[in-house]
Amino acid sequence: MASFLNSSIGKKFLMSLSGLFLISFLLVHLFVNSMILFDKSGVLFNNAAHFMGTNPIIRIVEPILAIGFILHIIYAGILTLTNQWARPVGYNKQKSGNSSSWASRNMFILGSLIFIFLVIHVANFFWKVKFSGSELLDKGAVNGVENTYLLVTTFFINWWWIDIVYVIGALVLGLHLTHAFWAAFQTLGLSDNRWRKRLEILGWAYTILVAGGFAIIPLWVKISSML
Amino acid sequence: MKLNAKIPSGPLSEKWSKYKSSQNLVNPANKRKFDIIVVGTGLAGASAAASLGELGFKVKNFCYQDSPRRAHSIAAQGGINAAKNYQNDGDSVYRLFYDTIKGGDYRAREANVYRLAEVSNQIIDQCVGQGVPFARDYGGYLDNRSFGGALVSRTFYARGQTGQQLLLGAYGALNRQIAAGNVTMYTRTEMMDIVLVDGIARGIVTRNLETGELESHFGHAVVLATGGYGNVFFLSTNAMGSNASAIWKAYKKGACFANPAFVQIHPTCIPVHGASQSKLTLMSESLRNDGRIWVPKEKEDAEKIRAGKLKPTDLPDEKRDYYLERRYPAFGNLVPRDVASRAAKERCDAGYGVGSGQAVYLDFKDSISRLGKAKIEERYGNLFQMYEKIVDENPYETPMMIYPAIHYTMGGLWVDYELMTTIPGLFAIGEANFSDHGANRLGASALMQGLADGYFVLPFTIQNYLASQLSVPRMDPAKQPEFAAAVEGTKEWNEKLMGIKGSRSVDSIHKELGLAMWDHVGMGRNKPGLEEGITKIKKVKELFWNDVKIPGNADTMNIELEKANRVADFLELGELLAKDALHREESCGGHFREEHAMSDGEAKRDDDNFKYVGAWEYKGPGKEPELNKEALDYEFIQVKTRNYKE
Amino acid sequence: MDLTLKVWRQENRKAKGRFESYSLKNISPDSSFLEMLDVLNEQLIMQNNEPVAFDHDCREGICGMCSLFINGRAHGPDESITTCQLHMRKFSDGDTIVIEPWRAGGFPVIKDLIVDRSAFDQILQAGGFISVNTGSARDGNGILIPKEKSDESMDAAACIGCGACVATCKNSSAMLFMASKVSHLALLPQGRPEAVRRAKAMVAKMDELGFGSCTNTGACEVECPKGISIAHIARLNREFLVANLKP
Repeated sequence: MASFLNSSIGKKFLMSLSGLFLISFLLVHLFVNSMILFDKSGVLFNNAAHFMGTNPIIRIVEPILAIGFILHIIYAGILTLTNQWARPVGYNKQKSGNSSSWASRNMFILGSLIFIFLVIHVANFFWKVKFSGSELLDKGAVNGVENTYLLVTTFFINWWWIDIVYVIGALVLGLHLTHAFWAAFQTLGLSDNRWRKRLEILGWAYTILVAGGFAIIPLWVKISSML
Repeated sequence: MKLNAKIPSGPLSEKWSKYKSSQNLVNPANKRKFDIIVVGTGLAGASAAASLGELGFKVKNFCYQDSPRRAHSIAAQGGINAAKNYQNDGDSVYRLFYDTIKGGDYRAREANVYRLAEVSNQIIDQCVGQGVPFARDYGGYLDNRSFGGALVSRTFYARGQTGQQLLLGAYGALNRQIAAGNVTMYTRTEMMDIVLVDGIARGIVTRNLETGELESHFGHAVVLATGGYGNVFFLSTNAMGSNASAIWKAYKKGACFANPAFVQIHPTCIPVHGASQSKLTLMSESLRNDGRIWVPKEKEDAEKIRAGKLKPTDLPDEKRDYYLERRYPAFGNLVPRDVASRAAKERCDAGYGVGSGQAVYLDFKDSISRLGKAKIEERYGNLFQMYEKIVDENPYETPMMIYPAIHYTMGGLWVDYELMTTIPGLFAIGEANFSDHGANRLGASALMQGLADGYFVLPFTIQNYLASQLSVPRMDPAKQPEFAAAVEGTKEWNEKLMGIKGSRSVDSIHKELGLAMWDHVGMGRNKPGLEEGITKIKKVKELFWNDVKIPGNADTMNIELEKANRVADFLELGELLAKDALHREESCGGHFREEHAMSDGEAKRDDDNFKYVGAWEYKGPGKEPELNKEALDYEFIQVKTRNYKE
Repeated sequence: MDLTLKVWRQENRKAKGRFESYSLKNISPDSSFLEMLDVLNEQLIMQNNEPVAFDHDCREGICGMCSLFINGRAHGPDESITTCQLHMRKFSDGDTIVIEPWRAGGFPVIKDLIVDRSAFDQILQAGGFISVNTGSARDGNGILIPKEKSDESMDAAACIGCGACVATCKNSSAMLFMASKVSHLALLPQGRPEAVRRAKAMVAKMDELGFGSCTNTGACEVECPKGISIAHIARLNREFLVANLKP
């Protein structure tokens, strides 16, 4: 097993597995967040967030998710470095545009941007809900269910730059996903010429849903507050 | 010199099995005591090196390319023949043997050709075993196609890349032996000379093409699998690096060179476009199955087409001359290669050529209207695409232009039944020898011969020789004066070339040689022309040795020196080729002497005077080579005139 | 047509290289790219300069010897061809053409535009074959192979080993090259007995030789002169995974 994980394909295997795990996490996350759109009172969202924060299964998955993030990031670093070393002298002129997508060539940069976004995001919400707490969370809390809705919407309504950061974050994530979705299956060997097309279509659908969904939420909150 | 072909006695069909059961073998423990040098990594070289490695011999294998996989066998398109009779159309070992002898215009050795046909089936099995993805039908069985000169479908193929797939199979087997340590591979290494010790081949001198370093290698036997000499014509379908230096050095050390005049000219190549042209591209012979070959009936129309004033598509059928169908009603566009090539030259020389004047049309108009464009695309799509890339014309809309080009050389080092040359311990296999195709090779037979020699013939016959060499210890080239002398000789030769410091590039002189060869020793040969050719070749040779310019040094990578070494040998070989053509006062196969033609222009063979292999023996610089004759006795078949008219 | 060439010149493996500019006049648009370089070399020789060294042999797109990174693309600005099949009509009069060698740690430059691709041979020596001794194979029709499998295997086997995949890959990965061989043999029943050993040995060799890993950009299949699909890379991944799951 050690030799497998030390091989180039083994490392990518980990990238791909952790990536798929994150991809499924994003869906759940989006589902919970979408409650913001459907209930202006915030009860739905608060209950969902509370469930996610307290359910024992989710509590078990949470550290695994953290490990998934860490693995994905560490191995991205290792692979990117070895890939850089594989070409010690570069080209004077290289036209890559017609043979591959920009996103596919810049996954590390996109990933790094997502990481920066993640730090902001965690500091804004997750950290507060989980550890530091906030006045906003306590305001209107019912039966121990924190008012996460108020925390989130306050941010989105009060600071327009937070909205911009979140929209950009969603777009960058979307770009990352345009390549990541199919590529994860390809690396696991779960693609061929027929499935490649299907997976690519599925990947685009997923990307539009997830990136679009995450981008719409802050915009929706901001715009509806102005109406 | 007396040539002894060492053909085993007995009935034709039993000669090979009889030989195998009575030859001397080397026992397994002794095999690793033998070093064998194999030069070349094409079908013959790679298959021989791999098979000898499997047997336990210590093999050193050499190629000038950066990898053994690049050898020019890789460019063969059509397929490989075998007498499997999978199609149940009446094929047999005898029929394959007979077709090959007849196709070669009765100038090949019966026993060798029969053995070739005999082992052909094993080749297919071997290649399938290696993972060669031959075409299959829906039932999963091997598919066959038909090829010129045969009445059965016996050609196995892998799309239009059969040579590539077979070579990759042999290369795989070779890689396995390299990994196992039985074969040591030397890439980017060119053989410069053969070393004889007491008249026996004991090694070679090589030049490392990257560093310029000269090295010598010992072998109990030396095998040359270095291909043909088509590049003596400069323009040919051969690879740019294909050269005759190894067999030429062997010739100069005493190996007889047989039938150099037997050169195959392939009828369907893309015509020459201009002065900077470096090589010719073959379009598969299979195109003649559906394409019709024509030139305009009227000279004025041909002139208008050449001047660009008339489009070929505007010329109605009654103004076109489908000359092959006119002259050969029975075979039509599917006559053998030599016949089709000569007919194209005849029309062009008479002023009916199109394009530059040296081209004829290959037209798919009728096939497209009969079968539909989709069907033609399915059959020839990749070839049409290749044509369009090169010529920039769409062959679906306007007829293709084709012209004959040098493709293969039937002649080569004379070898006996065991594939040994007249130098003891020196073997020649594949296109490098002369043995199986006579005066003309049939399509899909080159691959068969290369692999037959390498997989199934040489690994047996070489043991019969090695068994007598058990007492010869491995020699250390550093301690053997013959090796030192050969290295010194090569060094001097290179210095001589570098020292000329003239004003002409190697290529420009090679082009002059090629032109003289093509004009006088090409498709149509005659006495005054050949004599003029020899005079011209001598002049070009003089020009070369007085005025060639090679920049750089001999002790680094030097691509011009590499070329110069090859051209120096071509210049000598060209002269011998012309001499052989001059001496052979008959027309047979690819060798057409205009003086020896029937009243209708067909080739006239002279079996009474020329039914022999002409093996030339080197007698020293400036001296006339001596012609040795090996009579061809056809014990088992009746010699006939080839007839493709009815 | 008249052209300006910017060509990488490097004396040997250790030397520091540089770009040199050359101007060429009256090049026929019907010439192939390599014939244009022949004309350049003729000109250089006449000027007492060393000609530009570049790899080439068959000049009909099958031997895989020619290379060259031309104006930023492997085998230049045309689809599904090798450099020797590229023709000058793809360029315009007055163009400047930048010509570089393949760049990859696994392909060190030997001289000018020639690189050392022996790493490819080493990868195949590690296991890119079926172990069958001469003479021991059974009848060719004794192994039935469905046409679809056989055709797909042939698609992969079409690889000419030119190295355009490595040259064009941003990671200098040799995955497409290796996958074409693994896939070619894995699809055939004859290749199955050694499938586990082959996948492991070849991947290990590729990693050892310093090629990068695949990030699925797909650039290799676009620049591959034989159009070999990266679906074969997926098969390689599958083969490798399965090989490691087996004891």
